[in-house]
Amino acid sequence: MDENLIAINNLSFGYGKDLLHRDINMQFNRGKVSAIMGGSGCGKTTILRLIGGQLNPNSGNVIVDGRVVHEQGREGLRNIRRKMGMLFQHGALFTDLSVYENVAFPMREHTDLPENVIKDLVLLKLNAVGLRGAHKKMPAELSGGMARRVALARAISLDPDIIMYDEPFAGLDPISMAVICDLIRSLNDALGATSIIVTHDVAETFSFADYIYFLADGEVAAEGSPKQLLASKLPFVKQFIHSEKDGPVPFHTEAPSYQSDLSL
Amino acid sequence: MNNILNFLEKLGASARSSLSGLGSCTRLFFLTIIYSSDSFKRFNLIIKEIYFTGVLSLIIIIVSAFFVGMVLGLQGYYTLEKYGSSEAIGVLVALALVRELGPVVTALLFAGRAGTAITAEIGLMKTTEQLSAMEMMAVSPIARIVAPRFWAGMISMPILATIFSMVGILGGYFIAVLVIGVDDGAFWSQMQANVDFHNDIVDGAIKSLVFGFACTLIALYQGLVAPPTAEGVSRATTKTVVISSLSVLGLDFVLTSFMFV
Repeated sequence: MDENLIAINNLSFGYGKDLLHRDINMQFNRGKVSAIMGGSGCGKTTILRLIGGQLNPNSGNVIVDGRVVHEQGREGLRNIRRKMGMLFQHGALFTDLSVYENVAFPMREHTDLPENVIKDLVLLKLNAVGLRGAHKKMPAELSGGMARRVALARAISLDPDIIMYDEPFAGLDPISMAVICDLIRSLNDALGATSIIVTHDVAETFSFADYIYFLADGEVAAEGSPKQLLASKLPFVKQFIHSEKDGPVPFHTEAPSYQSDLSL
Repeated sequence: MNNILNFLEKLGASARSSLSGLGSCTRLFFLTIIYSSDSFKRFNLIIKEIYFTGVLSLIIIIVSAFFVGMVLGLQGYYTLEKYGSSEAIGVLVALALVRELGPVVTALLFAGRAGTAITAEIGLMKTTEQLSAMEMMAVSPIARIVAPRFWAGMISMPILATIFSMVGILGGYFIAVLVIGVDDGAFWSQMQANVDFHNDIVDGAIKSLVFGFACTLIALYQGLVAPPTAEGVSRATTKTVVISSLSVLGLDFVLTSFMFV
């Protein structure tokens, strides 16, 4: 069995004429938690969409379990996605369905399991994220952290091989953040899954990730284990890890001179 | 010269964008047909949508129909009375409703009530990434979200239009017979003698089917292409009402010229 469950090879992608990613290479090893980090708007989430086949690369490819994603037909893509679970930035829970029905949704769509088995499985998944007691609630009644945990329970409802997290810590209080951190690691290990996290939260990610990629200017600026990256002398990595306001990523956006703008 | 060129450029861009929108909408229709078998296997999804688009539109349809019928009865009576044929009021009310007002006003109300709800719901589902989440779960949003709403609209519209015509006729009866005092027997018998099942009722039903198709498809399309922002969804909702209403009136003219001329 190939050690890499997902491989991104010489991938370039852009929404218009300008490329967002240029010649990117990444490998995500089986059973590991990998993170993709970088500033806002550098195309981290786009990588997840390319892996899920929601976008097609301009050149290069994404290989998931030996299959090139963008070459798959409807059925092939369906099979690849059935092995994936994705946690969206704001949970993306179906607002017209209860917590219970949200977690049951993938089971009802993809399996013919009897209702009593679905009930046991849903409660099992909700118990894993600590929200068994909230199964009757509607998404509007949940806090941000709870919604994220329900979405996580839904993402793992079919025991996926790959779990992708899009900004799982954004807008969470410290307790919810710690809970999500712990869940990502423990679920990955318990399910034997491969996890990819897209984030810009340094402290949390460095505490549990196995391997980290840094994206900047459309390229992989640095990669390595948290230990290797902490010791890195690369200016971008140093600026990012130590939250320095100025550095290779400038504080000011490109603009005409200050004097001319102020008509001095 | 530059102004003329700019104007031509804008005209060309607008024509191109309209054509491209029409193409995408047609593509959405064919995709909906392809994915419809999944929806028919789970008919409860369609029934749920019929409740939202059809049953919940009943109040506005019934109230509007009754008032439209009453106005028709009143205006029709004053005009017919001048020519001494006030007994023909039943035919006038029935033909006006079954041929034109039933399908057209129902479609306009449907676009305003159910069409906007469909666009806003799908637009917000897109904004909150629910459609993306569904796609990533290997569930097609066309099969799960679009197709059930499309068929619910197609089924609801003719039924709503029929109810509109029925209630409108009762409104006309209320004013003409019960309030003004036109002969009860003449009202119904003239209607029975002059309203043809195939030429009037069936043609009216065909019209409402076409309007149901147009209004629902436009609402679904606008929801799916709405930019994922608050402003984008609000604009899409407005577009649904404007485009649906204009399409209904335009299609009505075309259909009438084929059916009744």
